[in-house]
Amino acid sequence: MAIVPNPYKTTGVLGWIDDRFPLTKLYRDHLSQYYAPKNFNFWYYFGSLALLVLVNQLISGILLAMHYKPSAAEAFGSVEYIMRDVPWGNIIRYMHSTGASAFFIVVYLHMYRGLIYGSYKKPRELIWVFGCLIFLVLMAEAFCGYVLPWGQMSYWGAQVIISLFGTIPFIGPDIVTWVQGDYIPADATLNRLFSLHVVALPFVLVGLVVAHLIALHEVGSNNPDGVDIKKFKDPETHIPLDGIGFHPYYTVKDLVGVSVFLIIFVGVICFAPDGGGYLLEKPNFQEANPLVTPPHITPAWYFGAFYAMLRATPSMFSSALPGVIVMFGAVLILFTLPWLDRNPVKSIRYKGNLTKALTLLFAIDFVMLNYLGMQPPSELYTLLSRIGSVYYFGFFVSLLFIHNFETAKPVPERVTE
Amino acid sequence: MQNAAAGPKGIGPEGASPGSEVDQGRRRFLTLATSGVGAVGAGFVVWPFLASLKPSERAKALGAPVKADIAGLEDGQMLTLAWRGKPVWIIKRTPAMIESLTKVKAEVADPESSVQQQPEYAKNETRSIKPGIMVMVGSCTHLGCSPTFRPDYPAPEIAPNWQGGFYCPCHGSKFDLAGRVYKGVPAPINLLVPPYRFDGDTNIVIGEDQVAA
Amino acid sequence: MKRVLLAIAGLMMSGAALASSEALPYSYQADTSNPASLQRGARNFMAYCSGCHSMKYLRYNRIGNDLGIPEDLLKSSLMFTSSKLGDTVNSAMPAEPSKAWFGQTPPDLTLETRARGADWVYSYLRTFYIDTTRPLGVNNIVLPGASMPHVLWELQGWQVKEEAHGDAAAHGGEGEHHGAPLKLIQAGTLSPDEYEKFVGDIVNFMSYAAEPGKSLRMGIGPKAIMYLLLLLVLCYFLKKEFWRDVH
Repeated sequence: MAIVPNPYKTTGVLGWIDDRFPLTKLYRDHLSQYYAPKNFNFWYYFGSLALLVLVNQLISGILLAMHYKPSAAEAFGSVEYIMRDVPWGNIIRYMHSTGASAFFIVVYLHMYRGLIYGSYKKPRELIWVFGCLIFLVLMAEAFCGYVLPWGQMSYWGAQVIISLFGTIPFIGPDIVTWVQGDYIPADATLNRLFSLHVVALPFVLVGLVVAHLIALHEVGSNNPDGVDIKKFKDPETHIPLDGIGFHPYYTVKDLVGVSVFLIIFVGVICFAPDGGGYLLEKPNFQEANPLVTPPHITPAWYFGAFYAMLRATPSMFSSALPGVIVMFGAVLILFTLPWLDRNPVKSIRYKGNLTKALTLLFAIDFVMLNYLGMQPPSELYTLLSRIGSVYYFGFFVSLLFIHNFETAKPVPERVTE
Repeated sequence: MQNAAAGPKGIGPEGASPGSEVDQGRRRFLTLATSGVGAVGAGFVVWPFLASLKPSERAKALGAPVKADIAGLEDGQMLTLAWRGKPVWIIKRTPAMIESLTKVKAEVADPESSVQQQPEYAKNETRSIKPGIMVMVGSCTHLGCSPTFRPDYPAPEIAPNWQGGFYCPCHGSKFDLAGRVYKGVPAPINLLVPPYRFDGDTNIVIGEDQVAA
Repeated sequence: MKRVLLAIAGLMMSGAALASSEALPYSYQADTSNPASLQRGARNFMAYCSGCHSMKYLRYNRIGNDLGIPEDLLKSSLMFTSSKLGDTVNSAMPAEPSKAWFGQTPPDLTLETRARGADWVYSYLRTFYIDTTRPLGVNNIVLPGASMPHVLWELQGWQVKEEAHGDAAAHGGEGEHHGAPLKLIQAGTLSPDEYEKFVGDIVNFMSYAAEPGKSLRMGIGPKAIMYLLLLLVLCYFLKKEFWRDVH
């Protein structure tokens, strides 16, 4: 059967492949002829950094899984085995544990970028929704991974998080035993969380990342000015006048960001892998003991804000369900952002001062909630957590109407330098 | 603005040249230098990943030298023990067994043990430190099955001139009582003699070399 | 806005107060880079601690390699419970009867300084005092009701609690390590200074044991960062070169 020659007129090995597989097409569509706005700033590093951290987690995770034993009797010892007996095992483990925190840092910054420049607005709603799904799966992935070392924090973290299902009316307790496969978090629980952590969730995560990128490359990247670069194209080449090829311009630019990131990342791995007890908590160097809860049980730092909202919500009708609803609601409300924000202006640069202030305050609020979630509860903290939680949701609601009370600046036609 | 549009045209497989003011030599140099330094870095990252797959300290501890007491070993008897998970045989050879080695010399593939399958101190007629004590790894050099000890002879079903030795049940390889492989069998080389040393008269340490006297 | 800022300021101050409320009587920065101290600490640990406490994740040959102790010395002066170099440090004590003797099995100490901190272990070993209400006649400032006897009493001597200083401990806040309200009433074979060093050596060794791989990561860190700085410079110029098309 005759082969339709590829339209790129490539020859040799590449030509042979291009006749059968769209290699040159993929390269052009997603790298050399994917035209990104030329005015990306600092905030735009975090997408590629998230991808880098994902690769780091996959590679270090595959190697850890070759030495780790997912059983309640052996898990803790096998982590110490990795730390001591496996050549370079401690470095690989720290890459993975530090990578988990780095993942959340870059993803939080990446999401905030989307928030301030309106990257979720039409036609990018699905990019945002896929991104939120990635965040949700990432949280599940991080939780499962956190349990695997089977230290005291692992165990009691699992206990608390799985108990959240117990607040569901009527069937809650049964669901908890079903999720655990036992009456407490036990060998069966650890084994299934391991399976989710290394097979199911990474598979879904990578799939969602691909969907996120396909959606992005379909509609094109937003930019700090929030203007559409496709409006002004070169009449001959049809290339956006303000667009530049992702490769080489943004690949070389991202390399600078990657280098800076790696300096910090390697610095933490080599000089402070415990992160002062925030990246690797002290009680997690004690093996899980179902009979003794450590005195300060706190979530991993990246769940702090959500945990603070859980604790801040008082129980109602003798049920802890409201807190759980608030906590999950805090994640789910992110999905609705493209439809909540009614402001006709995309980028924060041209929004009114009120929105600017509220958006900045939202960042402060989130950091504060994160901090509060890691502290032992006190009256003042509970009050602050409540104020913070109300503001968290209030901010999203305010996006429905707040633009009516402020004057926006004129949005330029073309991107600014 | 024109420059901005000129950029994208200049890249991609077409290789159209960008604006004339671009110093191509500098650009090529920086690209190569960065790629080179990046590749070296990647190598340094890959190394720990690959090295992590080597035997761990635990595997090494479990594979530590093994001490065997051969005081109770009878003439012609074989003792099997595990070293690094593999069977190691210690055979107390009788004078007749030692003599049998010369009788089969014509039938074995490497009678002089020229292939490095033994430490230097065991490269001799009997492939051992003491002729009466044979030590070797009981793992066929073909595909790793453990041969069967067949000291009985004659055994025409194994070989016409069988003087006692080892017969591999997997693929029929034959070895004499010094582990030398017969000609025309699947196994290519003699059985491995591990490093070992005598600790007194009746103890053998497998896995540690004999200290040169 | 102002209220929130005030609240945040309050938050930070209370955070600082909280940190100091957990202050221990003594602070100690473990030094795992001093081989002589680590060797002394290893000897002291094996002599005084390993009778009851194991270090089940630490191998003897690892100690030998990392601390520069030759094999024969390792065997003769440190290895009391095992003869194989690849073995981990086990305690001489059987687990079950020890539970009856002390009320609980003496815990494994491999990760003790990582789980509790070097400060804690250091303070613990220095703050045993006579308390006749306890079954073994001793109590401890940082672990009240400890079921461990004062194993090092011959070296330290005996201390009693000074009630006058009881309040000092309670409001000694501001994050300072204020010392323990204890008075030596019977001298041991070591002077207080010598005893401090003795405990310091043990804590150094235990900190090493909690993370023997620390020297590896500390060693590659500066090299890796030097390399990355070079890469950063190259990437920066590469980016600048390509972006001349854009600007």
